[in-house]
Amino acid sequence: MPHQTIFEKSRRGRTGANLPECDVPRVDAAETLGAGALRTSLPLPEVSELDVVRHFTGLSHRNYSIDAGFYPLGSCTMKYNPKVNEKTAAMPGFAGLHPLQPEETAQGALQLIYELQSMLAEICGMDATTLQPSAGAHGELLAMMMVKAYHAERGEAHRNIVVIPDAAHGTNPASAARCNFKVKGIPGNDSGRTDIAALEKALDGNVAAFMLTNPNTVGLFESDIRRICELVHSVGGLVYCDGANMNAMLGLTRPGDMGFDVMHFNLHKTFSTPHGGGGPGCGAVSVKKILEPYLPTPHVVKSVVGDQATYTLDANRPQSIGRIHSFYGAFLLAVRAYTYIRTLGARGIREVGENAVLNANYIRARLADHYEVAFDNQVCMHEVVLSATRQKVQSGVRAMDISKRLMDYGLHPPTNYFPLIVPEALMIEPTETESKQTLDHFIDVMIKIAEEAKDNPELLKTAPHNTVVSRLDETYAVKNLDLRYEPIFTATE
Amino acid sequence: MGYVSNTDTDRAEMFEAIGIESFDELLAPIPEELRFKGELNLPSALSEYGIVRLMHNLSSKNSPAEGTLSFLGAGSYDHFRPTVVSAIMSRGEFMTAYTPYQPELSQGMLQTIYEYQTMICALTGMDISNASMYDAATSLAEAALMATNILNRDEIVISASVHPNYREVVETYLRWTGYTLVTVEATSGATDVEALRTAVTDKTAAVLFQHPNFFGSLEEVQQLVDIAHGAGALAVAAVDPTSLGLLKPPGEYGVDIVVGEGQGLGSPMGYGGPLLGFFACGKKFLRSFPGRVVGATIDQQGRRGYTMTLRTREQDIRREKATSNICTNQALIALCATVYMAELGKTGLSTVADLCLQKSHYCLTKLTEIPGVRAAFPGARFVKEFVILLPDGKDATQVASSLHSQGILAGLPLAGYYPALGSGALLVCVTETKTREDIDSFASALAAALA
Amino acid sequence: MASVPSDLKYSRSHEWVRVEGDVATIGITDHAQAELGDIVYLDLPEVGRILQQDAQFGEVESVKAVSELFSPVGGEVVESNTGIADTTEVVNQDPFGGGWLIKVRIADTAELASLLDAADYEKFANEHGGH
Repeated sequence: MPHQTIFEKSRRGRTGANLPECDVPRVDAAETLGAGALRTSLPLPEVSELDVVRHFTGLSHRNYSIDAGFYPLGSCTMKYNPKVNEKTAAMPGFAGLHPLQPEETAQGALQLIYELQSMLAEICGMDATTLQPSAGAHGELLAMMMVKAYHAERGEAHRNIVVIPDAAHGTNPASAARCNFKVKGIPGNDSGRTDIAALEKALDGNVAAFMLTNPNTVGLFESDIRRICELVHSVGGLVYCDGANMNAMLGLTRPGDMGFDVMHFNLHKTFSTPHGGGGPGCGAVSVKKILEPYLPTPHVVKSVVGDQATYTLDANRPQSIGRIHSFYGAFLLAVRAYTYIRTLGARGIREVGENAVLNANYIRARLADHYEVAFDNQVCMHEVVLSATRQKVQSGVRAMDISKRLMDYGLHPPTNYFPLIVPEALMIEPTETESKQTLDHFIDVMIKIAEEAKDNPELLKTAPHNTVVSRLDETYAVKNLDLRYEPIFTATE
Repeated sequence: MGYVSNTDTDRAEMFEAIGIESFDELLAPIPEELRFKGELNLPSALSEYGIVRLMHNLSSKNSPAEGTLSFLGAGSYDHFRPTVVSAIMSRGEFMTAYTPYQPELSQGMLQTIYEYQTMICALTGMDISNASMYDAATSLAEAALMATNILNRDEIVISASVHPNYREVVETYLRWTGYTLVTVEATSGATDVEALRTAVTDKTAAVLFQHPNFFGSLEEVQQLVDIAHGAGALAVAAVDPTSLGLLKPPGEYGVDIVVGEGQGLGSPMGYGGPLLGFFACGKKFLRSFPGRVVGATIDQQGRRGYTMTLRTREQDIRREKATSNICTNQALIALCATVYMAELGKTGLSTVADLCLQKSHYCLTKLTEIPGVRAAFPGARFVKEFVILLPDGKDATQVASSLHSQGILAGLPLAGYYPALGSGALLVCVTETKTREDIDSFASALAAALA
Repeated sequence: MASVPSDLKYSRSHEWVRVEGDVATIGITDHAQAELGDIVYLDLPEVGRILQQDAQFGEVESVKAVSELFSPVGGEVVESNTGIADTTEVVNQDPFGGGWLIKVRIADTAELASLLDAADYEKFANEHGGH
């Protein structure tokens, strides 16, 4: 039964909100603003508050979530989002702050930002951090701007190439292109890592930066990372770490120590802020000293007089690349991430890294007989990439079919068809918060599905069977574009 | 702790299944010299009680505008948030879901985004809306870049009456992409139409303006749009969604791309984030607009369902040729806005806008009754924000500071943003949350401070 | 198995060429359309555009993939199959017939020698997989 839209539930004259009466002498809107400036109709729905609650509660029942079950999406780090983070983010002293109120009235917020900046720098082994980017891709874009500013200031504005592995997230080339860099792709090697020879060949005096995800998008640690960074530095380029996979390294190893110059974090992955069905996110960026002057404005700084610390928003940064957000980034997500890190402490942070890696390797070990593991079943970091090529050859069952069948067992699928270099990829990232019992259940279902792929491939190809809708026709969606509920725009008043 | 579920027994069993003796064997791919030794320099772990207490103490060092008598606006608003909004938003089914790449498991979130897109189209009068972007400032920058791509022109013209922070963000985006930004003065509180006419040329890809503008004033929108179109450029408007409860939708006066800040639609100010950038445009830009979008379709049984669509514009498929590098939307904040707009509905949103109109006009009247206080832009038409000038010699920052000691946030002193307005300029915002009594207290406090 | 008509020439970027007089009709192969899946959008050049051999002349899109189109021979575009803009499924259903994309007046017939014949293309497609 399709769920009606809120517009179909609308009845003329019904209303939900309980708004105050006007308690001041009235002015006439048409007279004050000019009749020509006013609208004549507003086709929003007319529903009661109970309608609103039932409508959206009903929709929530048609949605999978971490709170409801296991979410093994590779590269997404779908860990548990602690409830206490929500409690602290909702504290009126944080949620009710206006971004432009005087700094002396927001010292707690500025202190929190400052301390989170410092803690993130410590965790990744860098020198300075900004919390302004609203997403990982926003952080990448900021980093590319800083790279450009850095080279320009050294009289090397001609550096116009950014080298990126073919296996990278699509945001990497898209972010580099946004800053007018030319993207040069390089292939990986047989062990699923950067091909050093190909990198050397791509490097010259025109290279501005090399962007690398570590652990890389196949879930493997780039063991030659020191050498890679040295090579890029030797031609005057900078090295960017896409920190999408930072969860694997927490407390175990630090990008700053490897030689990276700049990286982004995804607070919504590594530091447990909720994904919210696609956002909001926070893509904090950490840099080495050489890039610190280019951080966006305003930057939160601390000054100490006697035993009195004061935190301020420093907008006077002549080398800064400029402003990238209406205000200072997603502050309420910073509150959640801060709550998380302070709850865990150094040892807790390391436990995250250890258990994320252990959980992924456990899945790898137990599924290796049933699915191909990309790049010869090596020890992986926080995620493992399986390939359904065996199933495809056997019975024409593809990664997507396996994914859809998992839904019938009440599980969310892994990431499909990424990275692009692994055919029929099923990328699994269990995260540290899942227990062995949850992993065992998932593994058992995956093994059962591998059997079904042999015995009853049609069952998979037509899956899912137990969801609120079956497989959706994406071609129909493009060919018969329907991006808004049209009847409200054509209804006669 | 780390919210880790495995016990030591679990771990021992997992080691055995993997065929290792100790965890360190899994670190083999990390060269020895890169393994972090010792402990990170972080504060010690806290119990749940401990962290709540710590955060309570830290938050108590702030004096939040909400809970104070605040007349601060300028892009972040204390509009009333009906309880139902946070009740829905805090449902784990929405809050802890991932991006709806697997539509069969994400019909709830997909449908809310479809309803959000519909409501944004209704509000703005545009054909299509994306699933939302980071904030108004970056949405405006995205609109500018989109215009340069479509028209293959490399200059953008922006009015000085656009929010100064938004202008800075647009400037950042354009500068590092290699485009030029031309700013047109707005000395009388609105875009100087003649100066705009001179600035716009056949190199101009788009004219960017805000309506109501940063000063709260309405612009001569039709003229601005006509000037842009006269040169073959796109007209881009940044709008306030609450004001659209009263104001004519930009689609009706020919705007090509409409962006805005949706925080006021049910989300807390939260020290400026997370925010909600909305982005709507005409159908002809179907293949060139940035960001995610959700469409209705059918399943194998012909039942209606929803899925992300027009995906080939996006970075994961088109990579360096994508329409934008954006890979997210503010889904949860968009949900807040959707619930808010549903709760208020056709009449509620207009009522809120009208309450802002009434109260802000009452406020201006009361404030200008104070000797020497006058409207900065006499005759300006406004919905919820306006600029006053304090008597000569009075510094708005100092006066605001003295009012703050009485628990009143008087508004935003503008000297730092528009030095030409002098040190006495104050941007005042009055939303529906202010009562007549509040406004009277503000007026008396200001009068006393100036006396 | 994808069909590979024996009377056509093929490029390594999975386009086919049918030569009639000095005009080459160009489309994408059956193999290419199968790899892409349901085609939903075509971006084709205007008539009169001069193409070099191997130059990009447009794009073909399915729901989840974009593929650039390269001209197997150089010359002037004399016709563009814009009539199928709303019925792009014809490229899936009839890639070598109604699903043709452009016609080019060949500038230099010598370029045709660098193309593959049906047997070589079939072998190439089997080895190189996707478009």
